[in-house]
Amino acid sequence: MTGFSTDRRRVVAGLAASASLLAAPRALGQAKPKVVVVGGGFGGATCARALNRLGIEVTLVEPNATYTACPFSNLVIHGSRDLSAQTFTYDAIRRDGIAIAAEMASGVDADARIVRLASGATLPYDRLVLAPGIDIRFDALPGYDEAAVDVMPHAWKAGAQTALLRKQLESMKDGGVVVMSVPANPYRCPPGPYERASLIAHYLKTQKPKSKLLVLDAKDSFSKQRLFQNAWKELYPDHLEWVGLAGGGKTTEVSVKDMTVVTEFGRHKADVANIIPPQRAGRIAADMGAADRSGWCPIDPVTFEAKLRPNVHVIGDAAIAGAMPKSAFTANAHAKVCADAVATLLRGETPGEPKLINTCYSLVAPDYGISVAGVYHPAKGVLADVEGAGGTSPLEATKDVRALEAKYANAWFQIVTSEVFG
Amino acid sequence: MARALINVPAKAKRGEIVEVKVLISHPMETGFRMGPDGKFIQREILKSFACTYDGEAVFSADLHPAMSANPFFAFNMVASQSGVVTFSWTDDKDQTQVQTAKIDVE
Repeated sequence: MTGFSTDRRRVVAGLAASASLLAAPRALGQAKPKVVVVGGGFGGATCARALNRLGIEVTLVEPNATYTACPFSNLVIHGSRDLSAQTFTYDAIRRDGIAIAAEMASGVDADARIVRLASGATLPYDRLVLAPGIDIRFDALPGYDEAAVDVMPHAWKAGAQTALLRKQLESMKDGGVVVMSVPANPYRCPPGPYERASLIAHYLKTQKPKSKLLVLDAKDSFSKQRLFQNAWKELYPDHLEWVGLAGGGKTTEVSVKDMTVVTEFGRHKADVANIIPPQRAGRIAADMGAADRSGWCPIDPVTFEAKLRPNVHVIGDAAIAGAMPKSAFTANAHAKVCADAVATLLRGETPGEPKLINTCYSLVAPDYGISVAGVYHPAKGVLADVEGAGGTSPLEATKDVRALEAKYANAWFQIVTSEVFG
Repeated sequence: MARALINVPAKAKRGEIVEVKVLISHPMETGFRMGPDGKFIQREILKSFACTYDGEAVFSADLHPAMSANPFFAFNMVASQSGVVTFSWTDDKDQTQVQTAKIDVE
């Protein structure tokens, strides 16, 4: 697309036709509008590329030279995938002509419309897109602080944490106990803990059959629950025990010193402890006042503009996206809709109502996939399910069907990562 | 019958304030929900809950339909002497269930 030249023609035509353009954003008519995108994950990187295609001058702020993807990182923990298969560079994005500020965004001055960088440099913007992902809440689970992650990895941000959990599982003796702690909603990747539990159980069953995985959950119900639980009963009856909230599964404290996970009703000694802690939107969102008391960012479901900070858009895991789960697929969808809305708003026009899709694949075993898909639209101020659309994998299915879904999952990862980073 | 999880510290010092936690697995069906046949699902809740410590009442509560499934109680009491902590709860059919825990006070 050559959006910019089209825009300019429209602007000229508009000038001739109407005086209302005087009220249009300042960027029009003078310079190319500037958008800054903070965060180079599935949401931010997609959005930067989409904005670039629409003829907008984009700067992507991302301190890391490479991105390590979370989807499929549970296979790294399982031992059947190399972490390098999860790693992507920003080279292709740079080749698109997108400027990359390879440093941390230290803050935002929303009134002056400026992003401050760690080096002291500033980036002016007409509109800002925040895609900061998640931060771990180290204030939410007693005993689980910044130092604890080296002993009890969360592995909920892919990279060194993923490798550490893998290493711990590998060095655990046969007969060991793995304890996994799962938080209450909302958190990144709702079915993720259960995929991970499945794949850890698969590893134990095949490599360390005297060992066991105990999953302590702060919820009684979760995504694709019946599919997961049926599969667990069939595949891992001796290796995976799940304890929900009603069974006393909520973790209230961890002790790194004793390698113990504490619930309201018991203490569980672990040889390997994987603590998936409570989370919130990436720090910058809260610092600039885009997050509410929940720690996440309320948004307009049509434009993804933050309800608490006009002119700032929030996409991906950091946003409160109604019925849409926090997933890479969702972030990618948010990013495209948001880019289009930003471009439309910069033209002084009103964005149309979008429809968005999400699909979450989970692997219950390396060759056993299940999925849930949904379609969403703005309704009553939030992104709501389109009733009757989407669905989950059938409860009864042959091995071939499950194997095919595992293939679809792989194909999705190939497609989305080549779209975002390739 | 409902299954319950109880957490009373096994040991405590005399005069220590200890926390007691109870989680009763119960659907707490409100009676206001409609089933797939369009008829209201019959109300079935726990009506009351009580705790005694060596025969003396230390905590009691009346429960109502607005209370969540799997009610969870947490309260404090003073560990005055070794004894039995008794928990009881009664449902809509007036069936009462009792469970006990021991506390050893030094």
